[in-house]
Amino acid sequence: MNGIMNWIRRHLVAFAALVVLAYLLVPNVIVAVFSFNDPEGKFNYNFNRFSTDGWTNPCGTAGICDAVGLSLRIGLTASLVATILGTMIAFALGRYRFRGRSGTNLLIFMPMATPEVVMGSSLLTLFLMMGLPTGPLAILIAHIMFCISFVVVAVKARVATLDPKLEEAAADLGATPFQTFLRVTLPLSAPGIAAGALLAFSLSFDDYIITNFNASPSSITFPMYVWGASARGVPVQVYVIGTVMFLIALTVVMVGQLISNRRNRQVA
Amino acid sequence: MGESQKGDLHLVALTKTFGAFTAVQPMDLTIPQGSFFALLGPSGCGKTTTLRMIAGLEAPSAGSIRIGEQDITATKAHQRNVNTVFQSYALFPHMTVLDNVMFGLKRRGDKDARRKALEALELVQLEGLGGRKPAQLSGGMQQRVALARALVNRPDVLLLDEPLGALDLKLRRQMQIELKRIQQEVGLTFIHVTHDQEEAMTMADTIAVMNQGVVEQIGDPATLYEQPRSTFVANFLGQSNLLRAKVVPGSPREGVALVRSHDADLEVAVDHLPQGASDVWLGVRPEKLRLGESGGPNRLRGTVRDVSFTGVAIQYIVRMPWGRELTVVQQNDGSARATLGEDVTVSWAAEHGFALDASQDADAGAMVEDDV
Ligand SMILES: Nc1ncnc2c1ncn2[C@@H]1O[C@H](COP(=O)(O)OP(=O)(O)OP(=O)(O)O)[C@@H](O)[C@H]1O
Ligand SMILES: [Mg+2]
Repeated sequence: MNGIMNWIRRHLVAFAALVVLAYLLVPNVIVAVFSFNDPEGKFNYNFNRFSTDGWTNPCGTAGICDAVGLSLRIGLTASLVATILGTMIAFALGRYRFRGRSGTNLLIFMPMATPEVVMGSSLLTLFLMMGLPTGPLAILIAHIMFCISFVVVAVKARVATLDPKLEEAAADLGATPFQTFLRVTLPLSAPGIAAGALLAFSLSFDDYIITNFNASPSSITFPMYVWGASARGVPVQVYVIGTVMFLIALTVVMVGQLISNRRNRQVA
Repeated sequence: MGESQKGDLHLVALTKTFGAFTAVQPMDLTIPQGSFFALLGPSGCGKTTTLRMIAGLEAPSAGSIRIGEQDITATKAHQRNVNTVFQSYALFPHMTVLDNVMFGLKRRGDKDARRKALEALELVQLEGLGGRKPAQLSGGMQQRVALARALVNRPDVLLLDEPLGALDLKLRRQMQIELKRIQQEVGLTFIHVTHDQEEAMTMADTIAVMNQGVVEQIGDPATLYEQPRSTFVANFLGQSNLLRAKVVPGSPREGVALVRSHDADLEVAVDHLPQGASDVWLGVRPEKLRLGESGGPNRLRGTVRDVSFTGVAIQYIVRMPWGRELTVVQQNDGSARATLGEDVTVSWAAEHGFALDASQDADAGAMVEDDV
């Protein structure tokens, strides 16, 4: 009796972890499985027959690859710009005392706290007032705006753990302020910056609500495409692209883990 | 040494204030090239602040810093040929030990960086560990990497801010000997900050004792110990018995003055007496006092209140008739011992006493042993 209780107690954590993992992964597995379906009719809801049509011809549905391309371009540009600006803001907030610092700290959270519908509609109003037409540029500006918040939060957490003595040591050893930043500050904050950049990209790539407000008929992003298609029947290609995106994300995370593991236990 | 050399470090009226608080009072110091100089003082007396000004990490509020003839007061930390071993080591965690040590050389574009760094690691006895990350080293090893990283640049001045503070006692003693050896081997100027008086005395050629932002006294360890010039130095460096006394005019012998303390006439060497003083603290170190009359012409009678045996020595607490307690330390050399409650004579020689101006607090700088 005692033995059984002990066994359960010892394996409870592992068991709970498995359940949670399954809960998280099942949707992705379904998407992957259905990417090999040859659906009967327009809707890909029942597994009909195994087929690789979706994989051999991913652009087979009109407009889907244009949508993915646009999302990738916006996602990459938005995350790049947001990462640069957000990193600078994070350093300023984390390192220096200045007037308006606590105000900025608070305002940085606003885009994360504001409901997307509200933000999307108010941005649309703003762009129209300024005479900026809806379309890719408006979407990009909106994405950069909300991505910055997430980058700042990720980088600031990292900067807070940096020992300022290390930068003093670098200066003491003859490194100019620029060299110090390049060789000490930047490498040490890299994990935070990378996390911020990945987060920004996936948020941008994924965003529907804000994007939809500021899009023009010719600027259809991937989420908009899927949303539009779902009313008429989702093509298999959507599942294929979803699976690919998942695999890419998985690879990036695993490579990141591998690098940080190697960093932590490197014996001569 | 003697005459001024090219690489001597000069601090001229160097001052640091933080708001209304003065951390370092105007300080004048000359530290000869190649010497092992210790800056000794209690916590918060301004040692780190002084070092940071020399390193260029803190801008002085006033005064100047020169190395030889060159004024470096206005230069930035990275422009100074001064390196620091930080108390927390501050090793770069993302670099290997070898990269840490090469950091300074590479900034100056030294083509020979690798060889020099390997040599420096050998000097601190860490050969073969260059490929490790700092986190994979013990505290003592990290300390030596920090030392190698600073040494390898052959700075004009090497600053060490309590580098042994984090080590346990045994490793600390070992590293003290090591540090001294390395300093003699490479011949650089070392400024070693510590609040451990024993560490300062065993390692340094010259010690500056600091208190509340002021250098109280500078000298070699023996002079500071035998002839302290303030009660703070007398108590901070070792232990002292201080007796209130008045200077008596006239002289019993050549080179000796008389002071009177509680009806006893006591002799003290004239050059141990501050000039023109009339009220003084007469100080004697515990190990200079003898039980019995063999110590010298100065005699006081009292009662033994406490005896503690420490192995190499026996420490007695002897109470004077007026209540003051003297500490007497006798070598455990087989001579007769006193027992608790015994009435004894305490004696010492004229040249073993020192007199300090009586306007000072007799307990300044004394360790509060009960708190330790
Ligand atoms: N940046 C600062 N702002 C305000 N006060 C400071 C600052 N740095 C140091 N001080 C004050 O200056 C005094 C001297 O500090 P310092 O760090 O030089 O002491 P220390 O002698 O190195 O002491 P410890 O042995 O504890 O390291 C302290 O009272 C400290 O509070
Ligand atoms: Mg200090």
